[in-house]
Amino acid sequence: MGFKDLINSKKILSLFAAFMLLGTNLLMAQSTATTIAGTDTPEQKADMWLGVGYYALLLLLGCVIVAIIGKILKIYDLTLQMQGRKGLNWNNIIGVICLIFLVAGLYGAYWSLTVQGSGILPEAASEHGAKIDFMFWVTSAITLFVFFITQILLFGFAFRYRGSEKRKGYYYPHNNTIEKLWTVIPAIVLTILVVFGFFTWRTVTNVDNKKGDINIDVTGHQFAWEIRYPGRDGKLGSVNYQLYTANNILGVNFKDRNSFDDQKADTLVLPVNRTIRINIHAQDVIHSFYMPHFRVQMNAVPGLPTFFKFKPTITTSEMRNRLDDPKFEYLLYCNKICGGGHYNMQKVVRVVTEAEYQDWIERQKPYLSDQLKKELKLADRGEQNKAGKNRIALNN
Amino acid sequence: MSTLAVHDHGVVHHDHDQEHHHTDTFITKYVFSQDHKMIAKQFLITGITMAVIAMLLSILFRIQLAYPDKTFPLMETLLGRFAPNGRLDPEFYLSLVTIHGTIMVFFVLTAGLSGTFSNLLIPLQVGARDMASPFINMLSYWFFFTASVIMISSFFVQKGPAGAGWTIYPPLSALPKAMGGSGLGMTLWLISMVCFIASSLMGGINYVSTVLNMRTKGMDLWKMPLSVWAFFLTAILGVLSFPVLVAGVVLLIFDRSFGTSFYLSDIVLNGKIMPFEGGSPILFQHLFWFLGHPEVYIVIMPAMGISSEVIAVNSRKPIFGYHAMVYSLIGITTLSFIVWGHHMFVTGMNPFLGGVFMITTLIIAVPSAVKTFNWLATLWRGNIRFTPAMLFAIGLVSFFISGGLTGIFLGNAALDINLHDTYFVVAHFHLVMGSAAIFGMLAGVYHWFPKMFGRLMDEKLGYLHFWITFICAYLVFFPMHFMGLDGVPRRYYAMTEFPAFNRWLSVNTFITWAAITAAVAQIAFLYNFIHSIFWGKKSPQNPWNSTTLEWTAPVEHIHGNWPGEIPTVYRWPYDYSKPGHDTDFILQTTPFSETMSSNLPHDFEDNPVGLEQYNQWAKTQRSSEEVK
Ligand code: HEM
Ligand SMILES: [Cu+2]
Ligand SMILES: [Cu+2]
Repeated sequence: MGFKDLINSKKILSLFAAFMLLGTNLLMAQSTATTIAGTDTPEQKADMWLGVGYYALLLLLGCVIVAIIGKILKIYDLTLQMQGRKGLNWNNIIGVICLIFLVAGLYGAYWSLTVQGSGILPEAASEHGAKIDFMFWVTSAITLFVFFITQILLFGFAFRYRGSEKRKGYYYPHNNTIEKLWTVIPAIVLTILVVFGFFTWRTVTNVDNKKGDINIDVTGHQFAWEIRYPGRDGKLGSVNYQLYTANNILGVNFKDRNSFDDQKADTLVLPVNRTIRINIHAQDVIHSFYMPHFRVQMNAVPGLPTFFKFKPTITTSEMRNRLDDPKFEYLLYCNKICGGGHYNMQKVVRVVTEAEYQDWIERQKPYLSDQLKKELKLADRGEQNKAGKNRIALNN
Repeated sequence: MSTLAVHDHGVVHHDHDQEHHHTDTFITKYVFSQDHKMIAKQFLITGITMAVIAMLLSILFRIQLAYPDKTFPLMETLLGRFAPNGRLDPEFYLSLVTIHGTIMVFFVLTAGLSGTFSNLLIPLQVGARDMASPFINMLSYWFFFTASVIMISSFFVQKGPAGAGWTIYPPLSALPKAMGGSGLGMTLWLISMVCFIASSLMGGINYVSTVLNMRTKGMDLWKMPLSVWAFFLTAILGVLSFPVLVAGVVLLIFDRSFGTSFYLSDIVLNGKIMPFEGGSPILFQHLFWFLGHPEVYIVIMPAMGISSEVIAVNSRKPIFGYHAMVYSLIGITTLSFIVWGHHMFVTGMNPFLGGVFMITTLIIAVPSAVKTFNWLATLWRGNIRFTPAMLFAIGLVSFFISGGLTGIFLGNAALDINLHDTYFVVAHFHLVMGSAAIFGMLAGVYHWFPKMFGRLMDEKLGYLHFWITFICAYLVFFPMHFMGLDGVPRRYYAMTEFPAFNRWLSVNTFITWAAITAAVAQIAFLYNFIHSIFWGKKSPQNPWNSTTLEWTAPVEHIHGNWPGEIPTVYRWPYDYSKPGHDTDFILQTTPFSETMSSNLPHDFEDNPVGLEQYNQWAKTQRSSEEVK
C-alpha cells in the first residue's frame, strides 16, 4: 500500500513539473510576442487564453493532488485503526511541524537579516543622521533580542506542550509577581528609548534660524521639484501663489528686493559641513521632501511652509569611494502619494566641498529670467492703466 | 425532557412577544433577518467576499511590482482602459492600492470581524436572547451591505475608483483634477464610508448596550470571557471615534462639491490658480487619524479576544492573568485615543506636539507586551490541542510580536523621520494588523463554525490552509522591512526609475510569488468553508469541550437561543484542567456546589457564604481522611 502511494505521487509530481514547464514556456512566448507587436492579433488572443488555460489546469491539478493526498491520509488513518492501532496523532505531527518551522524560521530570519539586510541604506551622510542611526541600532538590538526569545518560546511551547491524552494542563491562572515584572521591565526599557528619542527629536526639529545657514527653497508640484537658491544676499524673496505665471511658476514676489538675485537650479548642490535650511513648499497637493541618505524627511504642504535643517557631512565623491560605486548619487524623492507620477519625482542631490560649491553657485542662472522681466514690465504698465486690476497679466 | 422544553419554549415566546419563528418567510429569515446569529452569518459571508475581492486586487498590483516591464494581455482583457496594452495605468495602480486598503481595513477587518463575532458571540456568551435592538442590528448589516456595493461600484465609473490612498489626504482627494481617482470615484468612496460608519455605529451601540444590560443571571463583568470584553471595548472605541471621521469626511465633501476651504489653501493646480484660501490639509489628518489610530485597535482587539479564548480552550488551561488581560485591553482602549499624532510626525505638525505623541505612543506598547507575555504563559505547561483555530491563534501571537516590535521604531519620532511612508511601515502594519487580525478572524471562523452552521470544518484542510498562509505571509512581509530601511517609498507604481532600487527587483518578484501562493491557499479555506456548510460532519453540542455559555445552547439554532430559561452563570469562563475535577473543563453554568472536590478558596473571593461552605466542606473532608 505505502509503496504504491509513493509511486503514485511520483508520477503526479513529474506530471506537475511537465505542466509547469509548458505553462511557463507559453507565458514567456506570449509576453515576448506582445512586447514586439503591441496591438493584439487574434493569434495573440488565442495564445493568451492558452496561457490562462494552462494555469487554470495547473491549479486544478494542484487541487486534485491535494484531494488525493487527503484521501490517502484518510485511508492510511482508517487502516491503522482497523489494525487496532491508534490513528494518526495530529497533535504530534503539528507539534513537530511547529518545531521545524521554528528552526527553519529562525534560520530564515537570520538569512533575511544578513543578506537582504545588507541592502539597506549606507551610514547617514548628515550630522543628526548619525545620532538617528545610533538609536536605530540600539532599538534593533533590543527588539531583535525580544523577537528571537518570544518566537522561540511561542513555538517551543507549542512543540513541548503538544497535547496528549495522558496529561492535563497545569491549572495556573495568575501570578502577580511575574506579571508585575513583565509590565515594569518593558515599561523601563521603553522609557529609556522614549527619553533618548525625545531629546534626539528635539535637537533635530527644535532649531532656530542662525546666521550663516544656507537657505534654499524647494517646491513640490505634480510631478517635479523646483529649487531656488537665495543668491548673493543670502536671502530668499517672498512668494505668493497668486503671482503664479508660466514664467514665474513659484510665484516669487518681485516687489521684494531680496528676490532680485535669487537663483534657479536643476540639482540640489550642497556644501559639505555647512548648515542647510531647506524651506519646503508645495503648490498643488501634499508631497514629501525625502532624502533618505541624510535621514531627512518633511512633508511639503500647500499653504503650510515647512522646513528641515541639517548638516551634510559626507561629499558625494567620498560616498562613492566608501561604497565603491562610481555612479552613486544622493537623491531627493517624493514620499507622499501625490498622483500618477508620484513614483518618479526625483532630483539629484550633490554634496561638494565649499570651493566647488562657490564655483557652482556662480554659474547658476538668476530666477528673474529675461522673459519674466518682460512680463513684469508689461504687468506694471497694466497696473498703471487700470489701477487695482493688476491680475490681467499675472493671472491669465 | 422534550415536552418540558416545548412548554418552556412557549413561555419564552409569551414574554418576548417577538414574531414567531413558524411564520418566518424566506425574506425575514435569510434576508431581512433580525436574529443575531443570522446577521452574524451575513456579516461573515459579505466580509469573506470582500476579502477575496481585496485579495485579488492586491495580486494585480503585486504583479505590476514584480514585472514592471512586462505586458499581460489578460490584464487588458479584464480591466480594459485601466490596463492599456496589458500594463496597469499608474493612476489605476494607486486606485487598486487604495481600494485594497480600504476594503481590508474597514470592510473585512472591522465589519467582517466585529460584525460577525460580536453579533454571534455577545448574546450567546453573556446569555441573552438577542441583541438589545434586533431591528437596528438588521439595519446595521444593510447599511454595511450598501456601503460594500457602493465601494465596489466605483470600479465601473469612467475614471476609476478613489486613488489617494486609504487615508485619502486632501488636497489630492479634494481636487477632482489632481488625479483620475479624485473625481466621481472619490465621491463614491466618501458616500460609501458614510454608510459604513452609520452601520458601524448602529452595530457598536447595540453591542455596548447588550453587554451592559442583557447579561444573564450571575454573569457579572468579571465573569465575561475575554472575547466579550474585547468586543465590548472595541465597540466603545468605535462609537467614540468613528463620528470624528464622519466630520472629516463631511468637510471634505464640502470642499469637493461646495467650494469651501476647510482643508485647502494656496493651491496652483496644473497652472491654474485655485480660489481656496485659509484651510489646512493637516486638519484633515488630525480628524482622520483621530479615528484612524483607534481603528487599528478596533481591528486587532476582537482578534485578540478571539485568540485569548481559543488559546485557553485549546491549551486546556485558564488564560494566564485574566485581570491583566482585561486591564491591558482597557489600557489600550484609553491610550489609543491619544496617540494618533504618531502618524503625523513629519507631516508638518508642530514638532513639539510630535514629541508628546511619541511619549504616549510608546506607553501603549506596554499593555501590548503584557498581552503577549500572558499568551505565552498560557501555552506554558498546557495540554495543547492543535485545532486549526488554535494554529491560527498561535499565528496571531507570532505576527503580533513581529509587527509590534517594529512599532517601537516607528513610534520613535526621530527614527520615523526616515521610515515614514516607506515599506518599513507597510511591513509593520501588515504584520501587526493585517496578518494578525486576519488570523484572529480565521481562528474565530474555525472555532465557532460549528456554532454558526452546526457542522464541523475539515481539520486537515485547515492545517494546509494555515501553514501555507502563515509561511507565505512571513515571506511576503519580512523582506519589506529591508526595502523600507533602504528608503524605498510605499505606493510607488514602479521602482524602475531608480537605478538604486534595482536590487529589490528580484525581491519584489519573490514577494509576488509568495503572495500568489498565499492567495491560492485560500482556495483550501473557501472550499472547506462552503463544503462544510452543506456537507460537513454534524457537530456535537460542545465540540471543543469549552466552558463558555454559547456551547450550552442547542446545535439547532432557535430564536431566543436557549429553550426554556437562560442558564445561570456561577463561575469564570476559564476553569480548564482544574485539579480535583474529573473532566478537564467545568462549564460556567456548573455551580460550585457540584464541584466540591475542585473548588479553591480563591474561587470565593467575593462570596463569603460560598467561602463558609467551602471551609466547612474542606474541614469534613480532612477529618474523614484522618478517620481513614
Ligand atoms: C506596539 C505598539 C505600536 C506602535 C508603537 C505603533 C506605531 C506606529 C507608528 C508610529 C506608525 C506610523 C508610521 C508612519 O506612518 O511613519 C504606525 C503605523 C501603523 N500602525 Fe502601528 N504601532 C503599534 C502597533 C500597531 C497595532 C497593534 C496596529 C494594528 C492592529 C497597528 C497598525 C498600524 C497601521 C495600520 C499603520 C499604518 C497606517 C498607514 O500609514 O497607512 N500598529 N504604527
Ligand atoms: Cu509628489
Ligand atoms: Cu497608529
